[in-house]
Amino acid sequence: MKYEDAVAKYDPVIGIEVHVELGTATKMFDAAPNSFGGGANTNVTPVSLGLPGALPSVNRTAVEYAVKIGLALGCEIAESCRFARKNYFYPDVPKNFQTSQYDEPIAFDGSVDVELDDGEIITVPIERAHMEEDAGKNTHVGGSSGRIHGAEYSLVDYNRAGVPLVEIVTRPITGTGAGAPEVASSYVRTLRDIFRALGVSEARMEQGNVRADINVSLRPSPDAPLGTRTETKNVNSFRSIERAVRFEIVRQAELLDAGETVVQETRHFHEDTGETSPGRVKSDADDYRYFPEPDLVPLVPPRDWIEELRSGLPELPAERRRRLLGEWGFSELEMRDIINAGLLDAIEQTVSAGASPAAARKWWTGEISRLAKQDDREPAELATPVQVAELAELIEAGKLNDKLARKVLAGVIAGEGSPRDVMAGRGLEIVEDTGALQEAVEQAIADNPDVVEKIRGGKMQAIGALMGPIMKATRGQADAGKAREMIIERINA
Amino acid sequence: MTDLTRLSAVELAAGMQAGDYSSTDVTRAHLDRIEQVEPAINSFITVTPDAALAAAGEVDRKRAAGEELHPFAGVPVTHKDLVVTAGIATTAGSKMLADWVPPYDATVYRRTKAAGLPLLGKTNLDEFAMGSTTEHSAFGNTANPWDTTKVPGGSSGGAAASVAAYEAPFSVGTDTGGSVRQPAAFTGTVGVKPTYGSVSRYGVIAMASSLDQVGPVARSVGDAAALHSILAGHDPFDSTSLSGDVPDFMAAAREGSLSGVRLGVIKQLVGDAPTGGVAEVFRAALDVAAAGGAEIVEVDCPSLSFALDAYYLIMPSEVSSNLARYDGMRFGLRVEPDEGPVTAETVMAATRAAGFGAEAKRRIILGTYALSAGYYDAYYGSAQKVRTLVQRDFARAFESADVLVSPTAPTTAFGFGAEREADPMTLYLGDIATIPANLAGIPGMSLPAGLSDGMPVGFQLLAPAHEDARLYRIGAGLETALDAERGGALLAQAPEL
Repeated sequence: MKYEDAVAKYDPVIGIEVHVELGTATKMFDAAPNSFGGGANTNVTPVSLGLPGALPSVNRTAVEYAVKIGLALGCEIAESCRFARKNYFYPDVPKNFQTSQYDEPIAFDGSVDVELDDGEIITVPIERAHMEEDAGKNTHVGGSSGRIHGAEYSLVDYNRAGVPLVEIVTRPITGTGAGAPEVASSYVRTLRDIFRALGVSEARMEQGNVRADINVSLRPSPDAPLGTRTETKNVNSFRSIERAVRFEIVRQAELLDAGETVVQETRHFHEDTGETSPGRVKSDADDYRYFPEPDLVPLVPPRDWIEELRSGLPELPAERRRRLLGEWGFSELEMRDIINAGLLDAIEQTVSAGASPAAARKWWTGEISRLAKQDDREPAELATPVQVAELAELIEAGKLNDKLARKVLAGVIAGEGSPRDVMAGRGLEIVEDTGALQEAVEQAIADNPDVVEKIRGGKMQAIGALMGPIMKATRGQADAGKAREMIIERINA
Repeated sequence: MTDLTRLSAVELAAGMQAGDYSSTDVTRAHLDRIEQVEPAINSFITVTPDAALAAAGEVDRKRAAGEELHPFAGVPVTHKDLVVTAGIATTAGSKMLADWVPPYDATVYRRTKAAGLPLLGKTNLDEFAMGSTTEHSAFGNTANPWDTTKVPGGSSGGAAASVAAYEAPFSVGTDTGGSVRQPAAFTGTVGVKPTYGSVSRYGVIAMASSLDQVGPVARSVGDAAALHSILAGHDPFDSTSLSGDVPDFMAAAREGSLSGVRLGVIKQLVGDAPTGGVAEVFRAALDVAAAGGAEIVEVDCPSLSFALDAYYLIMPSEVSSNLARYDGMRFGLRVEPDEGPVTAETVMAATRAAGFGAEAKRRIILGTYALSAGYYDAYYGSAQKVRTLVQRDFARAFESADVLVSPTAPTTAFGFGAEREADPMTLYLGDIATIPANLAGIPGMSLPAGLSDGMPVGFQLLAPAHEDARLYRIGAGLETALDAERGGALLAQAPEL
């Protein structure tokens, strides 16, 4: 079945669980370093290895980050909350239980606005955000697939065990229709941007800092009750998220069309084929025997601390976008281009360094981006906002025209100094010497009596025919506006 | 020359400070005693003579050099083999950890080391502290020094026996439902379960986290206070540990008073339950207290009739989770299945089948069931409510009494025997008087009240949370009155080994 047919016939509903690894110095419940890389089983303590007698103690910074995430997602912050034990046997879980939050998450009942490519804003309802610890990492050795089946033996690295995570769970996201894949990926991208703005995580998808589990179900119509869902685990790129949602929608639609039922199960996404397949069926593992973690006292975040964190929250991407739209007067489309090109910071800094928003946008999305693309570099690597602002100022002051400014920019990029330095060094300043300009104007008028006649007759566009010789005479350094004024003055005199 | 093993920890500390003898003398005397009586008693899983003498020598050297020392520096101690000791085997009394040598120290062990207490060894216990006879140890039974055909109680049976047999002046035990107080009662020693959080649990192998508490066993209230002072204090590695200053337990014990003290006899714990002899000895001790100026009142704690049920839901639930980590994957015993594929799952199963004893398995199964989906509210949830009721009952009782009293256990020590194992409920009932303090988190003490048929009877005192010092003050007062009545410490009446 084609995707278009599937979404025409069924109403997709999605739900997303995002895990983000917090960028704290140490782990969630012990003093082992929380860092990426390093030899296997080096970033560990008796606590992260689950040795007999070891006890957890809560990382204050991790709680702070979790509260910030909760606040940024418009959540309520619990007056008191508890950790719980999620009991299941697996070698990468050192205690054979994961310390998590179950019935008392630190944050709940929020929402986040997600902007789609066409500018439409979707509000995604957030059920909860809770803290937990990550598991270790298994490597299956031998066998062909790198998976546990067929492996000769497995190795476990507990460096990641105990790394602090926040899991953010949406409520069912309805009303997306055919846009479900894009809503899913845009939502995760929005969260990623929020994590970065908050400074709580590097939020690098490719390193697994952000992982998404995607729930998909179909129903015959938006009025029908929710259908049976599948959960596709650990989808790790925006593109994969879209592909996984698409694939599941089509797969489930085909099942339903054939009169079969969707099995509630976890599934894996395969990057190579773009397909999902059923995960290991865990017959008894669904009963995690949750109970409150007796080794940790309830967490009671002081209200004044929460308010302090709230007031210290940085401006979040959506708010910032709204604010800048208002301040700069760009169109939605222009704004989206800027954001997609990753130029928002550069332009905002250029504006605060004194440039007009229009000039800042023009230079960053235009010439600088073009040159960056040529060299396969990032625009921000070529010039600084202060340099661009200076360039714009020189143009504004009439010292440079566009053509000269591009030359100055090339000099700046070549490392010849500030725009002012380059302008002086290369002798690119617009000729302010009215004597030289006057001479060129006189000469042009003398050489082109027929053109002058036309201008006298009211054909003002004919002035352009005089500009070529004037520019030629001044080696392009003439201020075109000034030259035009002088021509009109001279002819009308 | 004085037999140094017969002196109290307080006396030993004073003697060493006065230069009467060295820590090496004291430690060697205890090691000799251990060598002499261990064949009969088996208090220890591991004896650490070299480490003990090295530590004693270090204290002696520092003392000679005039360095500042902890007042109890040089007094040897033992730790229950549930306390993790770096470089020294720590077994929890289980086959599962028979060969495990930990890479780190429990906070309580760090504290006794820092105070300069030489470690004589690690004492025997029921596997993972589960039991009340020490018969559930994978390392053999410990005998009761009063009658070696009888159990010393448990699970800190080795700790209590080592103190009663003069193998150590005092000893570190743990108490989850009476595991310090009941063996103290069975061996004629003093055992204290501090307020929950008074002593760090970091590095003490967990049985039931919300109930476990480390406590001292000693031959006198004053020595128990001394060891408690060394162990207590906030530990950032245990988030349930109490913050704030540690009260002066030793001063409270030295003060000792009975006059005007209201002893609240818990109605539910003295009715029919204690056997004839135990009830008589308990009543006689009350008379001694009354003669010493105490006021005896009766208090009603109706919820105690549910306490045992609540305990036997909460404890196994936490046990089932705490013992999950023993799976052969990272440390300890690893057993591969006899047949079929060798996978993580089959190795875990084979390891746990081979490594845990019957009582551990029984509690893991009970707890797994109680926490299962659909049962949680009825079992674990209801049990937690009972816990709140017990706390309320106690709070009300403490309005009319300074401490609550009862026999520590309904019986005296009994013989080794398999027949009781067939009916674990009989043994579980023996914890009826001690369990409520663990459920409520309040401190409790057992001290020797007298003898019944030649075996010691324990007298339990309970105080409100954070009032551990009150136990030492009133306990010491009662101890003085009882000693005066019988003309010396009860333990002096124990047969020579």
